Amino acid sequence: MVWLDLYHYWVFAILLMIGYFSVIAKRNLVKKLIGLSLFQSAVFLLYITMGKVDGGTAPIIGMTDKTDIFSNPLPQVLILTAIVVGISTTALGLSIVVRIKEAYGSIEEDVIHQKDQVE
Amino acid sequence: MIELFNVFLMSMLIITALAMVSSRHLFVTVMLSGFFSLLIAAIFLLLDAADVALTEAAVGAGISTVLFLGALALMDVEETVRGEKWIRIFSLFVVAVTTLALVYAAFEQPAFGDPNAPIHQHVAPWYIQHVPIHMDIPNIVTGILGSYRGYDTLGEVFVVFTAGIGVLSILGDPVKNRRQRVVKKAGLRHYLIPRLVGRTLIPFIVLFGLYVQFHGEYSPGGGFQAGAIIAAAIILFAILEGEDQALKIIPMRGLYFLMASGALLYAGVGVATMLMGGRFLEYGVLADTMVAGQQWGILLIEAGVGMTVTGVLLTIFHAFAARSNL
Repeated sequence: MVWLDLYHYWVFAILLMIGYFSVIAKRNLVKKLIGLSLFQSAVFLLYITMGKVDGGTAPIIGMTDKTDIFSNPLPQVLILTAIVVGISTTALGLSIVVRIKEAYGSIEEDVIHQKDQVE
Repeated sequence: MIELFNVFLMSMLIITALAMVSSRHLFVTVMLSGFFSLLIAAIFLLLDAADVALTEAAVGAGISTVLFLGALALMDVEETVRGEKWIRIFSLFVVAVTTLALVYAAFEQPAFGDPNAPIHQHVAPWYIQHVPIHMDIPNIVTGILGSYRGYDTLGEVFVVFTAGIGVLSILGDPVKNRRQRVVKKAGLRHYLIPRLVGRTLIPFIVLFGLYVQFHGEYSPGGGFQAGAIIAAAIILFAILEGEDQALKIIPMRGLYFLMASGALLYAGVGVATMLMGGRFLEYGVLADTMVAGQQWGILLIEAGVGMTVTGVLLTIFHAFAARSNL
């Protein structure tokens, strides 16, 4: 069945675009950040699904009796570090949003824009 | 069967993501994002990525949710303004076209789990073959992370460190911010059940974090996961007993020291290998044999990673917490 072979790419595409929609269409800054992290998660999912090998196990030697086939460890290494870096950068973005809220009294892009125009 | 379960989990993922974006109450969005992380962690586990699943569960479902909630405490939780209609329709159009293009492009990609896909032909087989020879540790992921891609990991640690510094410089010194704020009832001290359950759990979470740290070469684990788990335990403590109590146990000064010395320990191992006649981060020279040297090197740099991640995540938490009620 072709869809069973390819559905994870489609899930990736849909998740990626849900995140992207949230970034471009929403006016709320927290929503934009959530959209960015959704976008990020979609990329993580793509990497990990690509690393899977049929009949493989987690790449730890001696965990199971099957020792010959392992899923690809390299994407796992990349994503493992990317998750922790992702939360740190999200926190950085969130701290900027907090300061914006304190300065403008709102996290809605339109309100912030209006205040900028008035001044 | 597992395949079907995978399809089910991924459908749940899409539904959760849609609900996250469409909900106009930000609390709902943030709680759903925790659920989203848990789902995606389960999917990672099914896809043989045990280390990644551990990280995602600790970081995504735990710390990220707490950070977003901490930030939401400082702002309105209701999304009031809805963008103009034509912007939404235009965005929807762009997104739909791109999705269709990506779905179409997928037809030329290798099938799911295909062992002959290009990704499995490049360096990965070499890594799988050589980790047992070069460093003799069972967890191939830790081997690659610590040794073959050691430069990369060093860079990531410094990115995490920089992000911590960035949050501090934007939100200000937590200690100073706390002094200015009005003292109010701290934590969940007056709620008996969460407090009892939390107090019982915290030592075990810390113990598990240390196990994940030091057993990371033999089972799923390592510095990134352990750092996130230990930070989560201490954040739980801070929520239950109040941040003041948590700062008494590990003061900000200690956290700064932790995050700086972790990154320095990692880089220091690199300098040490250079002084001992090797190249930067060439662990082989640290001990008599290549294998023993590699194992020492990985143990040390993982400790550095764990220290920096714990320090940075806790610093970020305290920076947000001190900002409330300012």
